Amino acid sequence: MHAIRYEAPSSIAEAIRLMEADPNARVLAGGTDLLVQFRAGLRQPSAFVDIKRIPELVGIRIDAKDLRFGAATPAAEICEHPEVARLFPGLVEAVHLIGSTQIQGRGSVGGNLCNASPAADSTCALIVNRAECVIAGPKGERVVAVEKFCTAPGRTVLERGEFLVEIRVPRPAPRTADAYLRLIPRSEMDIAVVGAGVSVTVDGNGVCTAARVAIGAVAPTALLVPDAAAALVGSTLDDRALEKAAAAATAAAKPIDDKRGTVSYRRTIAGVLTKRAAASAATRARGK
Amino acid sequence: MAKLHVQTTINGEAAEFLCEPQESLLDALRNELGLTGTKEGCATGDCGACSVIFNGRLVPSCLVLAAEAQDRSITTIEGIATGDALHPVQQKFLEHAALQCGVCTPGFIVAATALLNRNPHPTETEARFWLAGNLCRCTGYDKIIRAVLDTAAETRKAAV
Repeated sequence: MHAIRYEAPSSIAEAIRLMEADPNARVLAGGTDLLVQFRAGLRQPSAFVDIKRIPELVGIRIDAKDLRFGAATPAAEICEHPEVARLFPGLVEAVHLIGSTQIQGRGSVGGNLCNASPAADSTCALIVNRAECVIAGPKGERVVAVEKFCTAPGRTVLERGEFLVEIRVPRPAPRTADAYLRLIPRSEMDIAVVGAGVSVTVDGNGVCTAARVAIGAVAPTALLVPDAAAALVGSTLDDRALEKAAAAATAAAKPIDDKRGTVSYRRTIAGVLTKRAAASAATRARGK
Repeated sequence: MAKLHVQTTINGEAAEFLCEPQESLLDALRNELGLTGTKEGCATGDCGACSVIFNGRLVPSCLVLAAEAQDRSITTIEGIATGDALHPVQQKFLEHAALQCGVCTPGFIVAATALLNRNPHPTETEARFWLAGNLCRCTGYDKIIRAVLDTAAETRKAAV
């Protein structure tokens, strides 16, 4: 076995240098995917670049404009933050589904995104909240909309020397709320067969003025579904509008058959979860 | 490749060890430091047997690199009792016979202690969800949950 290095840079610039110098180095955040893949022989990195000693990579900041959290912030820290839970109940709902207490103590939302599983629970919730990914690299910083970040299973837009630094989520407009639901065949700790996230904004009369819908585990990447959102906007989020959104989600789903579910089952469930998540988001938005 | 020299704090005391860059904290605890109370179950983060408290957070030590322990603070099962006095969670595990083969027990005790530190009076649902990442193939979980809830109840009585 060839020698592996462990690096713990204390600045973004140092991490970029390490990543650029060695294309086989891998960023280590919580390690809950990377170390499992490494021990299974699926990845043989030349170095683990532990980014958790870089101040910008860990922690949560909320101001009048947005929520920002370091890409390596443990999931548990996000779930415990009362203001994040108040502003983004659906995002917290999704993050709280990522593995056990122990996994949430290590694993990060940034890592969930960079692992680029189509079934990643937090990704749909980030998409419906218009999150942006702040990427550092040798050519400087760039910002990518979260729905463009993953390009295929296990693949992202990150280029050589680049890594995810921060996730920014704009503060929701008044009377806006989100929700995330997933289907698994057991009660806890499993990988989504299908996931659906919805965010809606309602006016004083209960009419939906803006919406975002995203579905997971039904295509190579999590999908933003504009047709499903369009079915909600202008309605009072009544049953008819929810049915139309569900039909749009089913139509947009392009799943595969695998051990977790068949194509037709996943397409059906994508609609069912979209409808239920929209109803949950609507109830929350009306209560704000 | 030279081994890494790591200086850390384990169970409140300064500790140092040498490790390989890819070595897990679990292996370093057991093989370099002789702290064999922390058990290996799956080594993939699924079973909770290797749970430790790492800088205040419950984590699977199999998915932490030993090198990450530099300047951090770790509590293992060996640090839960105070001298010869068992921690209340340990005492209740004995009273409720909440263990059989014992391989999962250190992980459960560390996880339950982390829960009660954070939430001294969990509901049964909260306790069950918190401990859902600790697998036990012997007990059927009920005695474990009774032991944890009884610890919380006793602490409440003592506090009144």
